[in-house]
Amino acid sequence: MKILVCISNVPDTTAKISFVEDNKVYNKNNVQFIISPYEELALTRALELKEAASGTITVLTVGLQDAEPTMRKALAMGADDAIRVNTEAKDAMFVAKQIAEVAKNKNYDIIFTGKESIDYNGSQVGEMVAELLDIPSITSVSGIDVEGTTGKIQREIDGGYEQIECEFPFVGSGQKGIAPEPRIPAMRGIMMARKKPLNIVEPVEFTDLTQVITHTLPEAKSACTMIEPDNVGELVRLLHEEAKAI
Amino acid sequence: MNYNNYKSVDYFNLDDFYSSEHKLIRQSIRDWVNRSLKPIIDEANHKHEFPKQIIKQLGALGAFGPYIPLKYGGAGLDYISYGLIMQELERGDSGIRSVASVQSSLVMYPIFEFGNEEQRQKYLPKLASGELVGAFGLTEPNHGSDPGAMETNIVDKGDYYLLNGAKMWITNSPIADIAIVWAKDEQQIVRGLIVEKGMSGFSAPETHNKWSLRASITGELVFENVKIPKENILPNIKGLKGPMKCLNSARYGIAWGVIGAAMDCYDTALNYALERKQFNKPIASFQLQQKKLAEILTDITKAQLMAWRIGTLKNDNRATPSQISMIKRNNVQMALNTARESRQILGAMGISGDYPIMRHMINLESVITYEGTHDIHLLITGFDITKISSFK
Ligand SMILES: Cc1cc2nc3c(=O)[nH]c(=O)nc-3n(C[C@H](O)[C@H](O)[C@H](O)COP(=O)(O)OP(=O)(O)OC[C@H]3O[C@@H](n4cnc5c(N)ncnc54)[C@H](O)[C@@H]3O)c2cc1C
Repeated sequence: MKILVCISNVPDTTAKISFVEDNKVYNKNNVQFIISPYEELALTRALELKEAASGTITVLTVGLQDAEPTMRKALAMGADDAIRVNTEAKDAMFVAKQIAEVAKNKNYDIIFTGKESIDYNGSQVGEMVAELLDIPSITSVSGIDVEGTTGKIQREIDGGYEQIECEFPFVGSGQKGIAPEPRIPAMRGIMMARKKPLNIVEPVEFTDLTQVITHTLPEAKSACTMIEPDNVGELVRLLHEEAKAI
Repeated sequence: MNYNNYKSVDYFNLDDFYSSEHKLIRQSIRDWVNRSLKPIIDEANHKHEFPKQIIKQLGALGAFGPYIPLKYGGAGLDYISYGLIMQELERGDSGIRSVASVQSSLVMYPIFEFGNEEQRQKYLPKLASGELVGAFGLTEPNHGSDPGAMETNIVDKGDYYLLNGAKMWITNSPIADIAIVWAKDEQQIVRGLIVEKGMSGFSAPETHNKWSLRASITGELVFENVKIPKENILPNIKGLKGPMKCLNSARYGIAWGVIGAAMDCYDTALNYALERKQFNKPIASFQLQQKKLAEILTDITKAQLMAWRIGTLKNDNRATPSQISMIKRNNVQMALNTARESRQILGAMGISGDYPIMRHMINLESVITYEGTHDIHLLITGFDITKISSFK
């Protein structure tokens, strides 16, 4: 079984968000980057599937050299090798094009993405890769097993779950539930990751279809006033006089 | 408190000196502590019970013998990595860090350094995975700070050694599969032996009623005419320097570990001080509380700098035992003071098991005593300065 897991390198959820270059570019200074959580869960499940059967796991990131520490983490978790497409990740189509280009002759049985990366929340890359490779796309994968060359997949749908089957190859975008918790790399894994191949490939030319005009931050939350549960009168007064809501 | 987003304080930007691999190591152990240790550790301390399941987990994680080479089951990492692992474990609990210290520095280290190839192959991979648990027997009922006066002894009987004596205050002893035991031979030379559970005449009763390190199990090692096969002696070391080298490695880990306990106390106290209001203001706005927090942060920062420096020296094989004594003493005292001051910031909440501070504080009372007491380390520094021994 050959599995490709596409991981993106995103700011840690507690990172302070600011922008530079006329609010067009995210300010990466002093920000800690992590593997986007849904992709980390998908990678965890991919590793389990490989360990239960056999096969190889490749991780892929479209990004510059600063993405390599998170790729090393993926290798430390147990991926066999890594591919970095050496370019800044731009819009979803651009990224999907780069991934499809790498994947097109490699015969991956499953390509995992996350259902969305937690920075730009585009939720498009997996579906676009599937379309570009002309293979099925399965979204919101909250559980997966493999029997022979068939994926037995659970998808989360409104108010419940859907069980489906799909022959290899396909693209699955993982979400919460695909693995209970991300795997923690072991010390030996971290040591061994040093020697695993991290191959760098150059991007294919592709003009972005979208342009970022600007970013804006949400308005700062105003201070929260706590009121004792038995002091309803005060609550009414504040809602009336300060919040002017009633 | 939400531990998952915890970031350790780094006032002097020491992270600049750590590689991305070091940071990944720190984060991995931190994730394990948050996920598997924090939720159970308060109850384990209350019940005075060692959470046995963590042995296999720590083994799988690679927290045992991280600097032992890969071919013996270790991870082949450097000493800064070992220090960061100890720091994160002790952010969880000093007792759990103690378990890892003993297994790594006091059991795997002597087998690796002083053992022969068969001994390394036989024991190290299983100790690394947690399949075997080890203990280290140096302290005796009548000899603590003065181990050179030990009474435990071996007599050469031709085919085997006959071991007699007793060790006390031994971490892991009741659950240990093997113990590294230090005993004098007929020439009064200290030798290291690998004693295995089940050997006739060997018992390891538990020490009950501890008010410190309650989640780590402690006991005695009692030897009554135990026949030790000759192949169980550590061939490549003779004299008291054997156990001292082991302690040196463990003390190094403690110097890092206690920073974790201190950071946990500081983090708890800072968050509490910002949220708790008295006289209509957060208590963090009062100068007396700011003084405590500022001094704690200064102390932690100094300890971090010392730890980083001793780590680089140890990686170059240049850290002296006296330097390690100094940092063990300084950092443990720092952590204990931090725990006491932080506890006060929380007022009555400081004594509650809902917060980790009181637990760290009582744990650190053991840490300031074992592996050389606070006094003894001072005397070591005094001796190093003056070259005059004031021990005897
Ligand atoms: C929880 C716990 C776990 C432990 N685990 C282990 C273990 O795994 N293996 C092991 O071998 N040991 C272990 N120990 C034992 C520990 O190392 C000893 O307790 C320590 O070395 C001190 O010895 P002692 O308790 O006999 O104190 P003593 O040596 O009796 O000292 C008592 C006091 O006298 C002071 N003192 C002693 N000599 C001098 C001097 N010359 N000048 C000035 N002051 C002096 C000391 O500083 C101390 O304050 C453990 C102890 C504890 C509490």
